[in-house]
Amino acid sequence: MFRKLEPSTREVSILVSGQRVEVPANANLACALLAAGVQLTRVSPVSGAPRLPYCMMGVCFDCLATIDGIPNRQTCLESVREGMIVEIQDGKAQYMHEASLGDYE
Amino acid sequence: MDPKSPDFVVVGGGTVGAAIAYGLARNGLSVMLLDEGDIAHRAARGNFGNIWVQGKGHNNPAYADLTRAAANSWASYANELQAETEIDLHFRRPGAFYLCFTHEDFQKRTAMMRAIDRAASVSSPFEILDGSELRKRLAGVGPSIVGATFSPDDGTANPLHLLRALILAFQRRGGAYRPRCKLLSFRPEGMGYTLETTDGVTAGSRIVLAAGLANKELAAIAGINAPVRPVRGQVLVTEKLAPFLDYGTNFIRQTVEGGCIIGESSEEAGFDDGTTLPILRETARRAAQAFPILKHARVVRSWGALRIMTPDGIPVYEESSQLPGVYAVSVHSGVTLAPFHSSALVEKLIQGRLGGDLAPFSSRRFNVQKA
Repeated sequence: MFRKLEPSTREVSILVSGQRVEVPANANLACALLAAGVQLTRVSPVSGAPRLPYCMMGVCFDCLATIDGIPNRQTCLESVREGMIVEIQDGKAQYMHEASLGDYE
Repeated sequence: MDPKSPDFVVVGGGTVGAAIAYGLARNGLSVMLLDEGDIAHRAARGNFGNIWVQGKGHNNPAYADLTRAAANSWASYANELQAETEIDLHFRRPGAFYLCFTHEDFQKRTAMMRAIDRAASVSSPFEILDGSELRKRLAGVGPSIVGATFSPDDGTANPLHLLRALILAFQRRGGAYRPRCKLLSFRPEGMGYTLETTDGVTAGSRIVLAAGLANKELAAIAGINAPVRPVRGQVLVTEKLAPFLDYGTNFIRQTVEGGCIIGESSEEAGFDDGTTLPILRETARRAAQAFPILKHARVVRSWGALRIMTPDGIPVYEESSQLPGVYAVSVHSGVTLAPFHSSALVEKLIQGRLGGDLAPFSSRRFNVQKA
């Protein structure tokens, strides 16, 4: 469905829902996920509906995913990095197990 | 005056005006509701959504009683509005904690709660909890919180759902809602009043001024002193979080959808309803101190809103002595007092007299010279 305008010169690998995916280095994360054919980045905590990136400019909050353990990140505002771990944002953020998150204030 | 002109023109389509307009329409009167529009200051749309009892009415038992009675009516009010509109107001009344950050706060708070309790006629139970008692009752509260007062009478509602429901219920009861219609002036004509608005001239037998901060100028036309001023509050809302806060608190509440609304600031900022980083930062810092898990939560929006504040913080319910049938209502607790505005106040408006047990809320109290 999505076609790259230019071939990528260098790729990095990220983990998406446990699957290793090669994406162009420095790509926008939402673009990279769409180009990789990801079918779902989050499940709405209100309606339970599946969602994908939509506005691509930081306002619609439909592209939320858990990135490197931090929930509700806007993938359209992130660039990919080697080793980045992206998981589906399923429902509401859980901060009950603070210890596992560590401090990132 | 046109014989088809309404019995009442209510000026102000916020929570206060809409509650009064709905109450009048439910009683079978013909009512027109004038709403300035989206450029208005819209305190109703920046509201925190607390139905708050504890601590209100210090040195003013009439206000304590008014608040307590209104809060006690909220459950049936929410059911009634839901039946009228199918809108769920997200009303809940699990009780709320007022969190004290210092021993001095805790002592002052305790003394104030006891004083209000002695003076009020409508009873409202409360508990005083030291730090260890508080931590047994309220999971997740931070170790530095010194203590709290708890009232089972405090609750919450979604203020946006409330406003939408009031206007819809008003319309379903035959009320005429006029958006983008700002009142400029009014004058007596025949048995009623002619009103000049930004959307033309209209008429009505009686006028209720519930125009928020605009009441200061509008009430003066009828010789009513309503010296309201804006007091800004700044509010943050977090991303949606798994439920962790089963109770209300004085400055943090978790909505039904999961976001936490956080706000407690009070500033004299004129008509500027913006936000400032120092206030937002301090609000967030104290929220994370109260509930340490919030330090991980991300803020998705913030806003400023202007409270409608009288000099003593107590509502004004006043009828004009110069222009009979013109009333002014100036209140900053529009959510808490909404059941009162739709029922008991409306009955008095229909009778045409705001005296009796509303006498303590006359704005004539501001005219008394200090000795």
